[in-house]
Amino acid sequence: MDGRKGRAVTNTYAHAPGFVAGDRPKIVTSRFEYADSFTLERYMATGGYAGLRKSLHLPAAEVHEEVKKATVLGRGGAGFPAGTKWGLTPQQVWPRYLVVNGDESEPGTYKDRLLMERDPHQLIEGCLIACYAAGLSQCFLYIRGEMALAQERVAAALNEAYAAGFIGKNILGSNFSVDIVLHWGAGAYVVGEETALIESLEGNRGMPRLKPPFFPAANGLYGQPTIVNNVETLANLPWLAVNGADAYNAIGTKTSPGTRMVAVSGHVKRPGVYEIINGTTTFRDLLYGAEFCGGIRNDNELKAFVPGGGSAPWFTPDQLDLPFEASQVGPAGSMLGSGAIMVMDSTTDIPAAALTLTRFYAHESCGKCTPCREGGTWLERILTRVVEGKGTDADLQQMLEVGAMICPGDFPHASNEALGLAAVPFPYKMTTICFVGPSAFAPLHSALTLFRSEFESRVTKRITIPVTAVGAAS
Amino acid sequence: MSRLNDANVATAKEIIARYPRQKSALIPLLHLAQEQNGYITRESMVHLGELVGVTSAEVYGTASFYEMFRFEPVGKYLINMCGTMSCALMGAQELMHHAEHVLGVKPGGTTQDGMFTLAHAECQAACTEAPTLQVNYRYRFRVTPADFDTLIDDLRSGKLDNEIPPHGTVATVRQRIPADKGVGAVAPEDVVEGPAWMDGKAAL
Repeated sequence: MDGRKGRAVTNTYAHAPGFVAGDRPKIVTSRFEYADSFTLERYMATGGYAGLRKSLHLPAAEVHEEVKKATVLGRGGAGFPAGTKWGLTPQQVWPRYLVVNGDESEPGTYKDRLLMERDPHQLIEGCLIACYAAGLSQCFLYIRGEMALAQERVAAALNEAYAAGFIGKNILGSNFSVDIVLHWGAGAYVVGEETALIESLEGNRGMPRLKPPFFPAANGLYGQPTIVNNVETLANLPWLAVNGADAYNAIGTKTSPGTRMVAVSGHVKRPGVYEIINGTTTFRDLLYGAEFCGGIRNDNELKAFVPGGGSAPWFTPDQLDLPFEASQVGPAGSMLGSGAIMVMDSTTDIPAAALTLTRFYAHESCGKCTPCREGGTWLERILTRVVEGKGTDADLQQMLEVGAMICPGDFPHASNEALGLAAVPFPYKMTTICFVGPSAFAPLHSALTLFRSEFESRVTKRITIPVTAVGAAS
Repeated sequence: MSRLNDANVATAKEIIARYPRQKSALIPLLHLAQEQNGYITRESMVHLGELVGVTSAEVYGTASFYEMFRFEPVGKYLINMCGTMSCALMGAQELMHHAEHVLGVKPGGTTQDGMFTLAHAECQAACTEAPTLQVNYRYRFRVTPADFDTLIDDLRSGKLDNEIPPHGTVATVRQRIPADKGVGAVAPEDVVEGPAWMDGKAAL
């Protein structure tokens, strides 16, 4: 696979590889063009902490109301509106905590890392606005363990912000006081699940908690009401606080306003992280648009793409014209997830590609739920032998049966005209506490459903030996 | 011998004080121990248990869950080769074969001179820059076999000593909360009413 051909050098900013600017509205990446975008000096020179100052001039409830009005959809994967999430905390139970989910590890995804590395003060300001609006007394900013540079940049920014009086006791001379504590992990995908994140923050093995309670907002860190928000979600708040909900809602569509960051990787001419307009931008725009990826490498045919991170069921060229709008992508059989598209061109070996994700989820299962722990490993083993040419036709059915034990019933998949398939809408039913189990099955199920012939061509038919009579019965 | 030294005990106490429950500091403290010794030793787990008030078995219980903690010495440089989908689509497998050949070890193995440990890694959140690798958690993007060879030469010759610390150190910048500015840990048992700014009035 020679991926280097046809890949233009597009990173104007040597310090932020991956990010591609463009002439579009920028809410969270507006400072990425500056080489010193991560410093307090640059932040202050570009309107920094103005959103916090403005918010502190309003009662907390009004700030909360404004965020609710703006429908800031959670950018971690589930897409739950931030303002509504904050409102789920039980009345008069104190203290409440904010846990920032910077444990970004969904395959294909990275935007939180860039936001932490390139504009840490924006994130800090977002955390402060959230704490003020929702009455949260302490903030824990959890960064993925492997992200050394993000940890360094955020630590340095926190130190600067403390010194300048933006964090800590009596912020800007007001009665608003909150600490932001930098916390860092040590490598575990499942910790991105919010209750596992809380377990990890309590110093335990990062295993998701049993549900109910469904939301940590009711019972989270140390048993207290806890808001868990994604980095990108919080990074939207400073802009929102300054410009207001109406300006925010004017970008994108009614149900998916604002912008969102999307990483497009794999077989495209110009892979990169783009801040796109939510709701209206289509997958075709992103993959083929001149201002985005500019087409498939070597002008090859597109075979399939993962629309929302490794956990999402796959799409084929049939779904290219869908917009970045959850209400359309869900019924079409997948999800927008964490804003990550992985593109496979016509040269892709589909079973081998599916195996990279199946292996990922088998490796990342925390082991708490049997269907995921055992099922994920089974899927990996069976698929490995199929990919290696050692499988039988019975293995294909076996994988579907193992998957059905993790996700009973029809598993979501995209429609396909050539195969005469109708879409099965997202989401799935599941026998596990968290999404890691279903995610282990999703890529394989899509691959098997949409590209079954590629699997069939590499398995051997199981030979059935006819039963011969040993002797006459009578 | 491999308990935390005095300077690290002071850092550990500073970290512990930020949390309402001491055990919350465990993962950062394990990193501190790994930074000091290059891996997590039994003695350091006993020491961390004493510092946060849990048994060493509980410390091990937590530590063993996480990928980054090593319980045996590894090379000075841990080379994590990403092999998840985007990297695989862009030639990660071929790069891994090349790395095995150059270093003469299989994934999981350490070179005889103790310089390099080669490892499989899962998604490193740099998917558009595939194939990627991390050396002691410092990225290298769009790595070609020739890039890999240069990297190994530079690491051996000490050319990258300033950029890449030996295995164990992740971030080289620490958060410091000034004593006069910090609010301190907010523990559930210490708080009965809502914070001051939730009084219905603007804070400023």
